[in-house]
Order: sequence, then C-alpha cells, then structure tokens
Amino acid sequence: MALTEGSGKGRERASLPPWIKTTALTIGSIAMTMLGLLFVTFIIGRVMPIDPVLAIVGERASQSTYDAVFLELGLDKPLVVQFGYYIWDVLHLDFGTSLLNARPVSEDIARVFPATLELATLGIVIGIVIGVPLGVIAAARKGSWIDQVARVLALVGYSMPIFWLGLMGLLIFYGILGWVGGPGRVGIFYVDVVPSVTGMILVDAALDGNWDVFKNAFSHIILPASLLGYFSLAYISRMTRSFMLEQLSAEYITTARVKGMSEWDVIWKHAFKNIRVQLITVIALSYANLLEGSVLTEIIFSWPGIGSYITTALLSADMNAVLGGTVVVGLIFILLNILSDLLYKVFDPRAK
Amino acid sequence: MNTFARLLSGAAIGLAVSMTSFAAVAETPANMLVIAHRIDDITTIDPAESFEFAGSDISRNVYGRLVSLDPNDLAAGYKPDLATSWEVSEDGKTITFTMREGVTFHSGNPVTAEDAAFSLQRAVILNKTPAFILTQFGFTAENATETIRAEGGKLMITTDKRYATSFVLNCLTATIGAIVDKETVMANEVDGDMGNEWLKTNSAGSGPYKLDSWKPNESVTLSSNPDYYGGAPAMERVIVRHVIESASQRLLLERGDVDIARNLNPEDIAGASQAEGVKIEDELKGRLMYIALNQKHPELSKPEVRQAFKYLIDYEGMRDSFLKGQYTIHQNFLPATYLGASEENPFSYNIEKAKELLAAAGVEDLEIEIGVREAQERIEIGQSFQNAAAQAGIKVNITVGTAKQILARYRARELDVYLGAWGPDYPDPQTNAGTFAYNPDNSDAANATGLLAWRNSWDTGGLTEKVDAAVVENDRDMRIQMYQDIQAEFRETSPFVIMFQQIEQSALRDNVIDWSTGQAVTSAAYWQVTK
Repeated sequence: MALTEGSGKGRERASLPPWIKTTALTIGSIAMTMLGLLFVTFIIGRVMPIDPVLAIVGERASQSTYDAVFLELGLDKPLVVQFGYYIWDVLHLDFGTSLLNARPVSEDIARVFPATLELATLGIVIGIVIGVPLGVIAAARKGSWIDQVARVLALVGYSMPIFWLGLMGLLIFYGILGWVGGPGRVGIFYVDVVPSVTGMILVDAALDGNWDVFKNAFSHIILPASLLGYFSLAYISRMTRSFMLEQLSAEYITTARVKGMSEWDVIWKHAFKNIRVQLITVIALSYANLLEGSVLTEIIFSWPGIGSYITTALLSADMNAVLGGTVVVGLIFILLNILSDLLYKVFDPRAK
Repeated sequence: MNTFARLLSGAAIGLAVSMTSFAAVAETPANMLVIAHRIDDITTIDPAESFEFAGSDISRNVYGRLVSLDPNDLAAGYKPDLATSWEVSEDGKTITFTMREGVTFHSGNPVTAEDAAFSLQRAVILNKTPAFILTQFGFTAENATETIRAEGGKLMITTDKRYATSFVLNCLTATIGAIVDKETVMANEVDGDMGNEWLKTNSAGSGPYKLDSWKPNESVTLSSNPDYYGGAPAMERVIVRHVIESASQRLLLERGDVDIARNLNPEDIAGASQAEGVKIEDELKGRLMYIALNQKHPELSKPEVRQAFKYLIDYEGMRDSFLKGQYTIHQNFLPATYLGASEENPFSYNIEKAKELLAAAGVEDLEIEIGVREAQERIEIGQSFQNAAAQAGIKVNITVGTAKQILARYRARELDVYLGAWGPDYPDPQTNAGTFAYNPDNSDAANATGLLAWRNSWDTGGLTEKVDAAVVENDRDMRIQMYQDIQAEFRETSPFVIMFQQIEQSALRDNVIDWSTGQAVTSAAYWQVTK
C-alpha cells in the first residue's frame, strides 16, 4: 500500500501509452544489440593475427613509414580510447576511409550492398515461390512421389557444396548451353550504360527504360539468384512441410474434414493460415542470411557484393571497412526482426 | 494439388524460356581488350605510393617516365621516354635530362622539366612505401628541391655519391618514376598532401592510356590517349575485370567474353590449352622461392651444413609435379632476364652427397624448426624438404602461420629456417644484390630488417664490399661480370637455398598479338597489343 501511495511517479509511468513503452524497449534493445555487435567486432579486429600497418605499407617499408602510418591509425592510443573513437564515428555515421582503397567506406557500401540486395531479393523470391508450395504439397501428400522429390531436393540443397554447384551451373548454362550471362553483373557492352540511381542494375535499367541492359543484367543474375534461391528453398520447403504436418494432424483439421470441407480449403484456409507466423521467421532468417552476402557465390560469379567485401576487408585488416560492413549486416538483422514482429501482429491476433 | 503442380511446372518452364531468350554476349570487339585478372591488391593508384602488381599495371599504361622499358624488347633495358637524352657530370653525381618536346598530359597541359622535378620531389617528400627506391640515392624531404630541380628547361638530379648510371636510370623506370601533371595534381591538394588523396583514385599522366574508372574489386577501365606521342594504341579501350576464381576466368575466356585470363591454375591452364581459339604464353617473373638458414644456429652456420641443405631439395620433382608450369628451377639471387643474371644451377637432389657433407661437419640428430606462411605451394615445398631432410637424419618441424606471425619472427632473427618468396622492387640487379648479399652491420643492434642477409644473421664476408663496388660500376659489361662473380660466390657460401623462379602463364584468345606481362623487370603493357 505504502508503495502505491508514495509512488505518484509510478502511477504516471504506468499511465503511459503502451506504444511508448514498446517503442522505448525496442530502441533500447536495438542500441544494446548494436553496442554488443560493435564491441565484438572491435575486439576481433584487435586480436586477429594481421598487422593493419603492414597490410597498408607492405613488408619492405622503412621504419619511419611504418611508424607514420601506425600513428595515423591511432594505434598508439589505449584500446579503450580506440573503442571510444570507434563508437563516436558510428554515432556520426562516419565509417571513415577504407585503409586499403582510400575511398570512403560509406561509398564502398553504397556500391556493394545494392548488388547483394538485388541478388538476395531475387534469390529469396525464388526460394519462397517454389519452396513454400513445395513444402505444403509435400506435407499434404506425405509419402507420395512429390514428397520424396521435395525430400531429395532439400537433402541435396543441404549437402551440396555451393561452390561446386555454382561452378557446374556456370559450366552447363553459361559455358556449354550459353543460356545465361557469365560471371559479373552485366556484359562488357553494358557497363555504365544506365545511370546508377539505386545501384541495383535491374531497377536502374527499368527506371531508365533501357530494356537491353535489363535483359543482359537479368541473364547475368538469374543463375546466381537461382543458386541462392535453391539453397533457400531447401530450407524453406522442409520447414514448411514440418509446420504443415503438425497442423494437419491437429483435431480442428479432422473436424473440418468431417464437416465436408474441400481439401483445398482445409489446407490453405485453415492449416496454412496457422503456420504463417512460423514461416515469417524462417523466411526472414533465410533472407537475412542471403543479405549478409554469400561469399562463395560472389566469388564464383564475380559478384561485387557485401559478403566478399567484408571478407576481403577482414583478411586485409581494413578495420574501417569491417566496421561499416558489420554495422550494415547488423542493421539488416535488426530491421528484419522488427519487420517479423510487425508481421506477427498482422497475422496473429494473439500478438496484438 | 494439381493446380500447384501445374503452377510449379509453369514456373519452371517460364524460367527456362526466359533464360533461353537471353543468350550470351558475342566475342569482344576488335578495338577492345578485355582481361580477367585478380585486382584486389590495388590499394592506391598514386604512383608515389603504389607498390602492388595490379596497381603497377595501371601506372605503366597511364604514366610516362623519363626512361622506360619497351614491352617488345625488354632485354634492351631502359630507353628514352619523356626524356630524349641525358648527360652525366664528370663527378658522376649529376644527371641532366633533356625533355621530349610537344608531349602533353591527358589534361592538355604540356609535359615539362618542372613536372618531372615535381613528380620525383613529391615521391621523396611523401615518403610512402616505395620511396626507398629514390631515397637510396641520398634524396631526402629536406634536400629534394635542391637535388632534384628543373633548370633551363632541363631536369637535373644530383645523387649523394657516384652511382652506376644504369642503376639510377633503372630505378627511374619503376612505378615511382612516373611523371605526373603538376598543375592538375596541385589543384587537388588537400592539407598539404600534394594531391595524394586525389591521386589515390584518379590519374594525371601522359601515357598511352587514360584511366576512366577504377571500381575496387570490380574493374579497371582505360581508354586510349589519341595524342600519345608514340602513336594512339590499337586497343581503344581496355577493361580489366576482377575475377577471382580460376575456373570462372577460364569459362569467360573459352566463351570469348574476355581476351586474356591471367590467373588460371595449372589444371585450368592444361584444360584451356586444349580449347579451340586459345593459346598459352609463359613469361618469367621476378619472384624467387628460397629457404634461408639462420646463422645464429650453431649447426646451421657450418659451411658444410649450408652446402648440404642445397642438396636436400627435390628441384625437379617439385617443378614437375605441384609447381608444374608455375615455377622453374633457378638457384641465383638475380632472376633470369635481369642484368647480370646467371643461368648456373649447379645443385641437384642428392641425399648421399648431403649426408657426406653433414658427416664432415660432425652433425648428428639435428632438429630444426622451419617457418612457412600459410600458402599451399609453400607448405608443399616445406613438406618435400621435410621428407628429404628426414632421409639425411635431420628432423624438420614445420610451423605454419600467418604472414604477421612468421614474418615477425623472421625479421626478429628467431626462426631456425625460413621458407618464403622474394620479388625484386625495381629492374636493377642492386634490388636483390643489396638484400641477399649485403649486410654492412650484422649486429642485432643494427636492426636492418630490410636486408635478408641480416635477417639470417649472415656476415657476407667480402660480398658486401663487392656489391658496393658493382653498384657504382659504369661499364655495363664489367658490371654484368661483377654480379655474376658475386652470385658464383654466393651460391657456394651463402645460407640461402634459392630454388625456383616464378613463371606467369597467361591464357589468351589466339588473335591477341604482342601481349606482355613485363617479365621479371616491369609490369603489363597494353599499348602494343593488337588483335
């Protein structure tokens, strides 16, 4: 009682609209996650066995050249101070200049991320369009030939090295059949033909109304996107099947069937409706993984995306680039999580 | 469910049709050269700072130099470029260059002695990694404007002592000798950086090509300079595409989407050589693979032991197996194609001979550590050596580490044995003689980490003085003989087991003529290429 009477402020807080509390919690959660992410990245960058100064000056530089760069990078400062600078820069959205190519990291990311975004989006669309129906059919026809096919597809998708599958795809569809474009985002005749607005060539070509470039870019993206889409659909179809099987064995489904409802309605209006929330999580995770960049796919297809950008930066001790790339990837995961939460509320009344 | 089956089939057919309708591009145009190459080592294209292979390729084609190497006649050595002639003062310390008239930069500004003086002064003052190529002549940030100056329309450079003219001029053919457009560069100066930040990603040259764009890890695009004094290049556009994977490069080449693939592995070279319309060209490069014995180790410092190790290398076995096509046997510190290079390779794989030498040295049950950087070919060489050494009664423990780990210990003189590679910095024999056979102060306090002889605690005997003498010898033939004598002595006495010299294999469409990667002495040139 005393607590209630004496805590006028407590009553005030309790009377705050719930959305403020939710928003504050979300922002706090994002801030803590980002701080943790930056801390881990910073520590990894400092303990990895690569000397960032040697990476820049080379092993034959004189001691005076080495020392000048050492000071320039602020490596003479205590770790805590260096971390402070690190956080300060991020708060100002200043990722600095790439130590290796002398360009602003933000420019580099603005160049490589759209390439990954374009590839990943097409990949996840392929994964969803094929994977979800395949999983539903496999569950509805459990044990049938289509279920076996889905199982084999998923098994191959899980176990086949993406490197090998990518090279085989290139060899067959590009090298032998000539159906698709080769490595790279666009053929040499179409390089820099359309102005870069979004950085995504398909979108830029469409905006420019240049359909020749669009076709050429599509012929280059379709193979790596299909490859990523295949690996996504392997996961999505298996998870869809699993969720559907659980629903199809529930009593309300038996009841619906007893009431004479058509199989179509049973599956799509009842069972599928109830797995949407779980599917959102699966798809969001798959999409986030693709947006993180598939390094091997990017290497095989000479796709200048964020995966190979971060990997190269890490191996070269280009910490500014690693910082920028990591923040972007971290933000992607956080944004997709928020999006998932919002979609839960749309599809699941209990979450409102 | 049938509906979905139909939908799935429709989607698959649609996908196939859409792919079929977008057929691959035809072969490259006759006036365009497309190269698949790994260009992720480019960190800057400022010639005062650039020290990587792919960056040097750009510089060689974009910038003129006072003297340069002819890609069609590299053996001839330096030739006039932006300087048409030069005179050496009586004391041998000042060289006066007469500039070529009527040459302009890509900006349209005339190339003058003032630009040449500025370019060399700038490289010295900025003191970036390759600056030592110039500062070894006594140029410093403080004296640069006095020792490098334009007078009466001529460029004069004064070194701290007399050097062989060929040594100085060879160094001026390096990337750092590029002549930049002073007016353009200084117009982009920020905070007294002499245009360094701007030139990292832009160009201001007078060479046969202009830089259109450099997209890191993506591509480099050059367009021809129609006003180039040597005549406009046949290839009006050069595109270097960053393709990491060897198999991808090969596919692009065989499909005709690129003209040249520069990073094919031995398997893909073998495969591409069988493809229609493709040819393979080999060029010797400057990289040497070697093993070095730390002379602080009491057993390894014995002359017989040093000799024994030279018989414990299966030179031919490695060359013909995992190094096939990538390396050739070479046992001298000057790479073949260098001035003064020796073709003598006296050592062969001979376990019995090695055992005799070890016995003569009284060495038994020797156990040593060898440091190797984590590169596949080096690890395999290390394993082959380990196997051979075991047969001679030496236990070799291989430590594999990152560049930082292994190099740090090597530079600190801590490793028993180091297995690694070395490439020359500029096209003069001094570049390797001055590190393998030169060590004026062998004490730990000297901390001469840049000298390989010092890193291995090797007092070179009289070789240091002989290297000093060779670098000032002006008679070319005499200088060649001096380096050959130094190498003959080095082979017998040094703790270095030099094993292999790198070969670069390029795969080309068979209509590509006069391709040159620059051999061991320089970088790739595009302006002489025709199709």
